[in-house]
Amino acid sequence: MTEVRYEEATRTYEGTDTAAVDRLTLDIADGELLVLVGPSGSGKSTALRMLAGLEPLDAGTIYIGDRDVSNVRPRDRDIAMVFQNYALYPQLSVAENMGFALKQQGVPKEERRARVRETARILDLEPYLDRKPRHLSGGQRQRVAMGRAIVRQPAVYLMDEPLSNLDAKLRVQTRTEVVELQARLGVTTVYVTHDQVEAMTMGHRVAVLKDGVLQQCDTPQTLYHEPINLFVAGFIGSPAMNLVDVGEERPLRLGGATIALAPDGEAALAGEAGPVTIGFRPEALQAGDGPLRAQIRSVEDLGPEVFVHVYLEHQAKTLPLVSKMFPPFDAQPGDTVGLQITGATHLFAADGSRIASTTATLGGTSAPESVTAERSTSTP
Amino acid sequence: MSRADVQTTVGERRWVNRALGVAAWITGLVFFFPVFWMVLNSFKSEQDANTSPKLFFHPTLERYHDVTKSAAGLLSFGDAFANSAMIVLLSTVIVLALAIPAAYALAVRPVKKWRDILFFFISTKFLPVVASILPIWILAKNLDLLNSRQVLIILYVGINLPLAVWMLRSFFQEIPRELIEAAEIDGANLKGQMTSIILPMAAPGIAATALLCVIFAWNEFFYAVQLNPVKGSTVPIWVTTNISTRGDFLAKLSAASVLACIPVVLAGWIAQKRMIRGLAMGAIK
Repeated sequence: MTEVRYEEATRTYEGTDTAAVDRLTLDIADGELLVLVGPSGSGKSTALRMLAGLEPLDAGTIYIGDRDVSNVRPRDRDIAMVFQNYALYPQLSVAENMGFALKQQGVPKEERRARVRETARILDLEPYLDRKPRHLSGGQRQRVAMGRAIVRQPAVYLMDEPLSNLDAKLRVQTRTEVVELQARLGVTTVYVTHDQVEAMTMGHRVAVLKDGVLQQCDTPQTLYHEPINLFVAGFIGSPAMNLVDVGEERPLRLGGATIALAPDGEAALAGEAGPVTIGFRPEALQAGDGPLRAQIRSVEDLGPEVFVHVYLEHQAKTLPLVSKMFPPFDAQPGDTVGLQITGATHLFAADGSRIASTTATLGGTSAPESVTAERSTSTP
Repeated sequence: MSRADVQTTVGERRWVNRALGVAAWITGLVFFFPVFWMVLNSFKSEQDANTSPKLFFHPTLERYHDVTKSAAGLLSFGDAFANSAMIVLLSTVIVLALAIPAAYALAVRPVKKWRDILFFFISTKFLPVVASILPIWILAKNLDLLNSRQVLIILYVGINLPLAVWMLRSFFQEIPRELIEAAEIDGANLKGQMTSIILPMAAPGIAATALLCVIFAWNEFFYAVQLNPVKGSTVPIWVTTNISTRGDFLAKLSAASVLACIPVVLAGWIAQKRMIRGLAMGAIK
């Protein structure tokens, strides 16, 4: 049973005033695969390195199981780490790389060899055991790095963007393998990535960080459907959620159309007087029929789905929006289409926090909007 | 640009490359010629060496015989060689033993004020050697170290240490940090990290550093002649004993110089092979 717990863990790098990781509190359950995700500079790697013992804590505590490891050396924490560039020992063979930790622990040679061979079998590395890392392909090196971690049977696995050096196809394949392997071994795993697709597909739960501060930690579904604030809403999902500042005007208006909220949305908005941002995902925006007219900027036909990028005139500004449609979709760039919101709509307050997640439809257009629509058709 | 223009440019570039190649060869030959002439002279009779320059002559090993035969009261080649070998090897071993931990502390886990420390090391090289000789001589005399091998070992350690620390530091910095971190997480203590990761990876750099220390210590003349003129004399001093006041003995001096050069050339040749192999081994991807 190995839970991992961050309690108010803080790290400030020398020569800076702002904390790279700011009072991080996070509970990771036994056997869970938790993904730390965020843009570069968000502190996700620092948080992982703090758990590994490679970065000291300036405040707070980290527990592995029941043990406070805040001041424990990395080698005494019973963890294994997979590095982004794999960090394989170049002068050692694959078998020696994988057996290195066992050798340091003083495991007898025979047992060491058996365990390395067993792990190599799981990872299809048996034919390469005598090779040096430089004679392996990128994917094989990645597997050796995984093998080096697995063979130790540690309490926690730490993975720092282990797939980012692989090409796109191999990355998708390896992603599945890592998930299966983790499920089979059942070892608590903390996985760092900047790729939100990786985060959503791999994590039992995903922790989103920004500027060293934890924004939200929840299941991928909750993050997607109920983002706690504007940052999470914009960060999770590809293409990103459409976010439109609709100001203080009530009822809310998008372009020339009024936004009719479901009763629960209206009720939540009633207490909010300040400016509001609405958000709706590409699949909640239908391009074709609708009360709002917009000009098509580009059409990305991916086969099973089509992303339609449009320009909308909103509050005297040209606003890019994206809609996810299903083929066939025949319109061309430059054409004018109607827009309608058909799915979940999120409302965010001026401070970025979510007011409500509700449903909305666009209502009838008023006079100024039709002018806008005409102008948009003439825009080159 | 038309095809004719392109051809002209390519043609011009070829001429420039050819001219640069010739210039490089000439420069190389100018530098190599004195060495070549020294080796040639060492196989000549004194008469041939001192008369007008001759390329073709009757080669003889007699000059080598002359310089290596020991005479009573004179520094023998064997003694000088033994002194030099011991002083050079010991001082180099001590330098490496001190410089490797120092470089680790400056590169892998930088101590506080590492820049100042690094500057301090190199600042010891600012003082002209001749300016330090008097205090060193007095110290050596008071400590009863004049005419001993120990004084040269101590001094050569002092001379080579800053250089070795600087060189090793840059080689240690080349080792990817993640490798050391991986070893740390894998349970390797400092000794394990050193022996299984850092030293094997820095081996070419350590070989290069050791080679430079050997060359500098082997060739050092000034301190040797000031502090060890009688006992414990090194090969460079022995070379000077072959300069005669009774006329030019160019061939004999050449033979002595060639003998003095051989160990350094040999060390360089061996270390070079190692260094290139080591560097090629380190080249990942």
